[in-house]
Amino acid sequence: MTDQTTTAATPVRAGFVHTDVMAAALGFFRQVWVMRTLSILFVLGLWEWAGRIPVSPTFPTFTQTMGALFGMMADGSLFTAYGETLKPMIVGVGLCGIFGVAFGLAMGLSRRFEWFTLPVWVISQAAPMAAIIPLITFVYGIGLGAKVVAVVIMAAPIVVLNAYTGIRNVSASLLEMGSSFMATPAQRIFKIVLPAASGLIFAGFRLGLAQGLTGAVLAELLITPTGVGDLITYSRSIADYPAMFASVFSIIVFASVAVTLLQRLETRVFRPDQRRSG
Amino acid sequence: MPVAVKTAEPVRLRSAAEPAIRLRGIGKMFDDFRALEGIDLDFPRGELTTLLGPSGCGKTTTLKIVAGLLEATEGEVLVNGQPVTGPGPERAFVFQDFALLPWANVLRNVAFGLELRHVPKEEREEIARRYIAEVGLVGAEHKFPHELSGGMRQRVGLARALAVDAEILLMDEPFASVDEQNRRKFQEDLLSLLAHEKKTVIFVTHSIEEAVYISDQVAVLTRNPGRLSRVVRPEIDRSGHFDELRRSPAYLDAVDEIWHELKSYLDDEERAR
Repeated sequence: MTDQTTTAATPVRAGFVHTDVMAAALGFFRQVWVMRTLSILFVLGLWEWAGRIPVSPTFPTFTQTMGALFGMMADGSLFTAYGETLKPMIVGVGLCGIFGVAFGLAMGLSRRFEWFTLPVWVISQAAPMAAIIPLITFVYGIGLGAKVVAVVIMAAPIVVLNAYTGIRNVSASLLEMGSSFMATPAQRIFKIVLPAASGLIFAGFRLGLAQGLTGAVLAELLITPTGVGDLITYSRSIADYPAMFASVFSIIVFASVAVTLLQRLETRVFRPDQRRSG
Repeated sequence: MPVAVKTAEPVRLRSAAEPAIRLRGIGKMFDDFRALEGIDLDFPRGELTTLLGPSGCGKTTTLKIVAGLLEATEGEVLVNGQPVTGPGPERAFVFQDFALLPWANVLRNVAFGLELRHVPKEEREEIARRYIAEVGLVGAEHKFPHELSGGMRQRVGLARALAVDAEILLMDEPFASVDEQNRRKFQEDLLSLLAHEKKTVIFVTHSIEEAVYISDQVAVLTRNPGRLSRVVRPEIDRSGHFDELRRSPAYLDAVDEIWHELKSYLDDEERAR
């Protein structure tokens, strides 16, 4: 496999005048990173423009927001906040990763277990689980435990359902191949089922991570103000809108980076075949 | 999913006359649908037997019953005189859709049967390299299945089956997804390979020419339900070159004979409609 981003050929069509410059320009725009960068710049440009109109006195420009972001990074308040937010998130997503996949595996392998549990997960995925976050306080109080629960109820359904779907859709012919070469039940799961389902399982992790982050921030906004949720609430209460938007912006960047790293990890561990073509 | 895995059986002395595989009164129902009825057939040791017939005649079902991947509703399969209760180490399967692990390179795919048997990594990779060479894939060891053509993928499937050193090879339309030119090449390669591997082979195909070309014995099946129609032994002199073989009278006669057998059956089927 060659890397598509570097070898994209420029077809020369008869009847068109093609200069080397045009060909080079076309080749340049065919490169994936160019279009991605342009897309991001376009959105940020819109943001800057909307802030300058301004669409609302509470809507800061991109540059003001970045200024606030670097300010929060410089005084360390951003990192302290993330340290706080990450605690329930890592525990919650970690729990979902272990028990969610085990649960999905059981559902994918046993019909009875599937019938018994699938409706619960489908409903909990469809229902607006964020709405019950305030109720958690009644049971789990306002500490770390309550926030972990908030992360879990946001992340678990998608992790479980993706693992289940992945395992249910493992190619029948691979399973038959395993049987014919006399795989033991454990070999069947670890050498065939899990690698084959890893794509959907990891897609579940990525979505679960994003959902878990939402859960953690919602818990901070709705239960007790700590971490990034507190940064948002506090900045808003003192009308420091650039800082408030910077906090929200940092969550988006954080989620994107975390999800991308997870994807890299998956390719490295389970799908080396996709590394070169990816 | 099928049945208990058969563990190692005591070594028995086998006479060359004893068929490697015997089917006795094999029948198969899928719910209310009868797929197979009363199949009695012997597969002589060291020979290549083809199961040939139109789609839906139960060729693949028969093969999977021999493999222990499906259970027969009636009758029994004897491999070296022992009844089949599940897959066993003396039988290796080559799949129509290759069934390669997409996340594993050629070397690991070929060694996968040995990996499942806990053969140490170095040893199984050495064996795998030997069979990769035999099927003509040297240089592709570290490629992934999606980087290979259909023909090359099936060579990986064949090498995987050879690597476990089973005495019986079960091949389910192995060339169905391979283009015609490569198919001929593959048939020739298979014959040269089998000439010095001494395997008992069951080969499923719906191509009359392919069946006659490669087989010592052709079992013709008909459908609704799948029954054994007749067994043809092409008796082709295989000492000459491959190309001469396709022009030999024995080859042409056998193709003709089987075609007429199937044609009369298909005509009957049409009239019955």
